Amino acid sequence: MNSGNISSFYPLSDGLVTMAYLVSAIFFILSLGGLSKQETARRGNLYGIVGMTIAVLATFLSGKVSNFELLVPLMLGGAIIGAVMARRVEMTSMPELVAILHSFVGLAAVLVGIASFMDPGHSDLVGSDKLIHEIEILLGVFIGGVTFTGSVVAFGKLRGSLSGKPILLPFRHFLNLGMVVASVYLGSQFLGQEHDAALITLLIVTAISLVLGVHLIVAIGGADMPVVVSMLNSYSGWAAAAAGFMLKNDLLIITGALVGSSGAILSYIMCNAMNRSLVNVIFGGFGTGSGGGGGSTEIEGSITEISALEVAEELKESKEVMIVPGYGMAVAQAQHVVKEITETLRGKDVNVRFAIHPVAGRLPGHMNVLLAEANVPYDIVFEMDEVNDELSEVDVLLVVGANDIVNPSALEEENSPIAGMPVIEAWKAKTVVALKRSMATGYSGVENPLYYKENCRMLFGDAKDSLGQVLSGLN
Amino acid sequence: MIIAIPKETYPSEKRVAIAPENVAAFAKLGYEVLIERGAGKAANLADSAYEEAGARIAADAAEVWKCDLILKVTPPSMDEAGGIREGATLISFVYPARNEELIQKLADRKINLLAMDCVPRISRAQSMDALSSMANVAGYRAVVEASHVFGRFFTGQITAAGKVPPAKVLIIGAGVAGLAAIGAARNMGAIVRAFDTRPAVKEEVKSLGAAFLELDFEEDGAGSGGYAKLMSKEFIEAEMKLFAEQAAEVDVIITTAMIPGKKSPVLITEEMVRSMKPGSVIVDLAAEGGGNCELTESGQAKVAHGVTIIGYTDFPSRLPTQSSRLYGNNLVKFVQLLGQADDFKINQEDEVVRGAMVLDQGKLSWPPPPVETSVAPTKKPEAKPEELGKEKKTKNPLLSGGFLLGLLSFALLALGWNGSSEFLDQITVFVLACFVGYMVVWNVTPSLHTPLMSVTNAISGIILIGGMLFVSGANPWLAGVAIFVATINVAGGFLVTQRMLKMFRK
Repeated sequence: MNSGNISSFYPLSDGLVTMAYLVSAIFFILSLGGLSKQETARRGNLYGIVGMTIAVLATFLSGKVSNFELLVPLMLGGAIIGAVMARRVEMTSMPELVAILHSFVGLAAVLVGIASFMDPGHSDLVGSDKLIHEIEILLGVFIGGVTFTGSVVAFGKLRGSLSGKPILLPFRHFLNLGMVVASVYLGSQFLGQEHDAALITLLIVTAISLVLGVHLIVAIGGADMPVVVSMLNSYSGWAAAAAGFMLKNDLLIITGALVGSSGAILSYIMCNAMNRSLVNVIFGGFGTGSGGGGGSTEIEGSITEISALEVAEELKESKEVMIVPGYGMAVAQAQHVVKEITETLRGKDVNVRFAIHPVAGRLPGHMNVLLAEANVPYDIVFEMDEVNDELSEVDVLLVVGANDIVNPSALEEENSPIAGMPVIEAWKAKTVVALKRSMATGYSGVENPLYYKENCRMLFGDAKDSLGQVLSGLN
Repeated sequence: MIIAIPKETYPSEKRVAIAPENVAAFAKLGYEVLIERGAGKAANLADSAYEEAGARIAADAAEVWKCDLILKVTPPSMDEAGGIREGATLISFVYPARNEELIQKLADRKINLLAMDCVPRISRAQSMDALSSMANVAGYRAVVEASHVFGRFFTGQITAAGKVPPAKVLIIGAGVAGLAAIGAARNMGAIVRAFDTRPAVKEEVKSLGAAFLELDFEEDGAGSGGYAKLMSKEFIEAEMKLFAEQAAEVDVIITTAMIPGKKSPVLITEEMVRSMKPGSVIVDLAAEGGGNCELTESGQAKVAHGVTIIGYTDFPSRLPTQSSRLYGNNLVKFVQLLGQADDFKINQEDEVVRGAMVLDQGKLSWPPPPVETSVAPTKKPEAKPEELGKEKKTKNPLLSGGFLLGLLSFALLALGWNGSSEFLDQITVFVLACFVGYMVVWNVTPSLHTPLMSVTNAISGIILIGGMLFVSGANPWLAGVAIFVATINVAGGFLVTQRMLKMFRK
């Protein structure tokens, strides 16, 4: 940064900085608005970048920031690391990236909270202002702490370095409650305490929030990760908003609130897609507890295997093909082969479409990103609700590594653990071909009667290999 | 082990037991296929096609009948039965109830006789249910026969030469044949109505695009084995009234009501035939069991009161290539149950094999002990209305929304009671921003949820500003780390979003 260049209009007046923040907040709102449609999404992202640049520049020039010799290298380093991460990440690993980024926001919120407490400016406050500020610090640190460790655990689970199975400690609800009560109690102590003693209390609360974050997320199973990630997204927003309160910074408040409500809505949509309440997901342990035996009904009938070449023949002779991708497609990295098959079939005048379940994969919209990566045009990719009524006209429906989201027992069996979850009604298609590695159950641990239906054929093996053979059969 | 396929000798029978495609499937199981010269000719399946698929061609019938495992379509003739080797295994349609004399003769030869028409109709055995595959063909062919003699289009058209109304087709009995007929008639553009005594099939009928006719009468006609059972007298009266009304209106009636082992019920009386428009067609798929129409003559087509009544009993044979292929597939699945060639065994522990077994080394083992089937759906309509009510109660959005709004306003008022004005300003900004976020994000299309998440993530890196404000303070390193990680977030989030969005293309 060239200081001579800055000095001509440095520092900016408080009024100018405030207005710059306002402009930047508007850009953020436009950014979220832009993301609502494919056509405007890239512009939306650009707005976000502009908003962020304005905010950072305004802060640089506000006169409240010095110590550039520390600040600039740190920011450059962070930006480079971020850029490299963004460039290197596989699209199949998007959920991990998003989770780890959430943890950074959480960590930053904790650190900013503690720094704010230790800042001399804080000790100068008196009366209700001081009280409010202390509450704000507590909240910011607490939310930040939960977000930080929760995201780290979610990252581990998504990456597979931690088991995807929920880990349920005995009395876990009491443990959670205990931790919250302890934090509230310590927090109330903190409000009256001397500076040094208060700092220790604050650190203890931080520690509790870190443990709580781990404990909360560890209890949630792998299939619920779309909800968890969007919930953590929401938390990271609230943490930023709390930081805004303690810094009396409207930009942080607005941005935090935007992100917080966005994440909350996403969590809500994901929960609806699984027909479960948010509370049920947050307090975890899906498919292990109250289900009372899990798979309730014995399935009668046999499965029918099919070879890749036969699948190719079936596909060639059909007019309408629907592909339902699931997490298995991401695991097998099969999206490119899927796209090749799509192209080939479309070249033969077969109408190929995709049906996406809202919770397919490990991140809201995960499948869409994978298909986009493979260059599948987005106008042939449809939501579950758009296609469910038309499935009976589909000649061949390919299920690629999906299980629970096409399970008929969600609609047909009242006792099933996934009863009531909206699913893609794959069995309505004339022929269903399910690609699967083995007959193992999905994340919910529920048997899938779809495979035993008369119109269902099983193609066993790694999705990528199997589809590769189908593709060569087509050509 | 050799699988032998004789040429069918039953008069006008055009089918053959297996198609060339099945030869490879048998070879996979270790069987060699020997087929009589010209066996597939009537079904347009050439000897050369079988040879190419790896089968051997037998010079004459005698060579075939000498083999140990014989697959056939129709029951053997008495002559054929006499030529079969002692202790051999024969798989074909048998109809043991009607063919006592034949079975006696086969029993004398000490053979194993497995009847494809006796394969139990359970889910596991669906892939070898030859009755269903033949019924499917029959249903299709019934529509083709009907349209062949019907003097008009099935589909409606508006042409320069005037408007053509679509034909109206009534299908009685929505079993496999009935459903196939519905599908075929719909595909030809006709208006299709269907009736069945089992309400459970309504959904299947509708899914094929036909209207399901209903009586104001409660009685479920689902019997065991996927057939309908005999109904009460009142029900039949109501049913006949419905048919009488329909007969006067429709152009084509296809009946498929068969009750196993019994005479087919008469559903279309002479009176009803007389009420039909001249040129109408009745296809009676139950002709073999006496027919559903009073005037049906088994095996014949005739005209009565201006209505053509088709009572053929060989519909599958009239579509021989298709029937042979399907039957061959059924046989492959059935032979799979009997094991590989080097491990061939008629395992009577298996209920499917046991069900099909008519003769065990010449010993009569038919009829088999009863098998419980699960084809009839369980009835559970009572729970429905209650459930709906419950949902309504919990999901009244106006009520819960209003409640939340009230709570929120109350909380805000409480805050206003006791708080500094600066804090209240911040709360104002916060709440408004929450609402803006709420409104904006609801519009986001689900396919963009991942980019939305990564962009909000980048934006929440705004906490960077917080770090910057403290970096010149007492704890520069604390703030420094915050700045560092937040910048990773900002840069990573925006760039990865950019990368993702670039991939989305129309």
